[in-house]
Amino acid sequence: MSINPDQIIKFSPMHRLQWEEVQQKDVILYPEGMVELNQSSAEILKMCDGTRNLTQIVSDLEQQFATTGLVNDITAFLEVALKNGWIQQK
Amino acid sequence: MAGSNKNNITPPRWLLAELTYACPLQCPYCSNPIDYAKYQSELDTEDWKRVLTQARKMGAVQLGFSGGEPLTRKDLPELVKHARGLGYYSNLITSGYGLTEEKIIELKEAGLDHIQVSIQASSQELNDHIAGTESFQHKKEVAHLVKKHGYPMVLCVVIHRENIHQMPQILEMAEELGADYLELANTQYYGWAHANRDLLLPTKEQFEQAEQIAQAFKEKVAGKMKIYYVVPDFHEDRPKACMNGWGTTFLTIAPDGVALPCHSARELPGLDCPNVKDYSIDQIWNESKAFNFFRGYEWMKEPCSSCDEKEKDFGGCRCQAYLLTGDMYAADPVCSKSPNHSVIQEAIDSARASALSDHEKPLIFRNSKNSKKLS
Repeated sequence: MSINPDQIIKFSPMHRLQWEEVQQKDVILYPEGMVELNQSSAEILKMCDGTRNLTQIVSDLEQQFATTGLVNDITAFLEVALKNGWIQQK
Repeated sequence: MAGSNKNNITPPRWLLAELTYACPLQCPYCSNPIDYAKYQSELDTEDWKRVLTQARKMGAVQLGFSGGEPLTRKDLPELVKHARGLGYYSNLITSGYGLTEEKIIELKEAGLDHIQVSIQASSQELNDHIAGTESFQHKKEVAHLVKKHGYPMVLCVVIHRENIHQMPQILEMAEELGADYLELANTQYYGWAHANRDLLLPTKEQFEQAEQIAQAFKEKVAGKMKIYYVVPDFHEDRPKACMNGWGTTFLTIAPDGVALPCHSARELPGLDCPNVKDYSIDQIWNESKAFNFFRGYEWMKEPCSSCDEKEKDFGGCRCQAYLLTGDMYAADPVCSKSPNHSVIQEAIDSARASALSDHEKPLIFRNSKNSKKLS
């Protein structure tokens, strides 16, 4: 499964992304399950709010963290996210 | 209460709220205790709210409203609302019996995240026989309504000898109903299922065939439907890592307020399981005798205590060790290293003999009359 760089990405309405105070991390919640996220994965998923495509997510995150060269890492993670149904492209 | 090294205790993640033992269905593999009829009292709404608040504060985030049939509790929407406010992900684990469209909408507005509907078989005749109640058509309607109102839907089918031959039709039904997840739960032999084991336990050939069909289906629907396959441990040679380790992750509260490290732990002797009416969840989780009983590895006997796999499966299931060997400290006899491993083959042989017999005894259905008779 691959990401179309021009298509808008949104977080799946069948999952919930939430900050867990006790664990001090973001998690994805879904029926009877939970995935714990590291900080960079969480930051990428928060960008999947239905207003940006891959190209915009990369440029916004590079700007936010004052860095460059994130495209490969972000693409690879979003492909995993798509495969797991955490995000959608429509 | 017994002491323990508090530093090694991880916080609960999963809270199973068994709101009631009342249920309109009579499934003969029910995981409720055989003697459930003697526990008549139920926590009230305020008790449950307090429990939810305290467990959430400790870190519990997945919440299952279960039973019995949780829909029989009139305060369910109020509890769902309270849970949503606290940030739980709420799962309703229901037979679907008595669930109307109005209720589905009310629960959605209250903040319910997901509904798991159980179906007993892929045909009306067998479903209604196993459930002990005419319910098949209604369950299918409920499944459609759950999807219509935007919930993720888990279809749960408990697999046993009476329905395992329907595996292809069960998979077809899940697809037709638009399930997002299909839980194929091979029966675990506790409670009522233990009492009915000779009639429910499939042969190894049946398991293997059904598993193969389910595996092929899993690949076919990848990306559309997820399959949770609960392994039939009687045909394995290593035990399951029961509850992800005792007192590490799961907290069950029974209808009368008794806190249990797993939903079968009521069957174990001498644990003195604490009640939420007497103690806070923090005290129960961290300090109670019951929750510390099988934490860590100190309690283990051989072959577990020197086993290099003990950190993987924690010696298996304590309830299964107790039910099958009479010793709750023993290795789960599913393990081929267990000196009692032969009891598993004896159970499989006994079930096969029962299946081939001309005079198979009838299933014992889960109802108050049978509960009183058996306890």
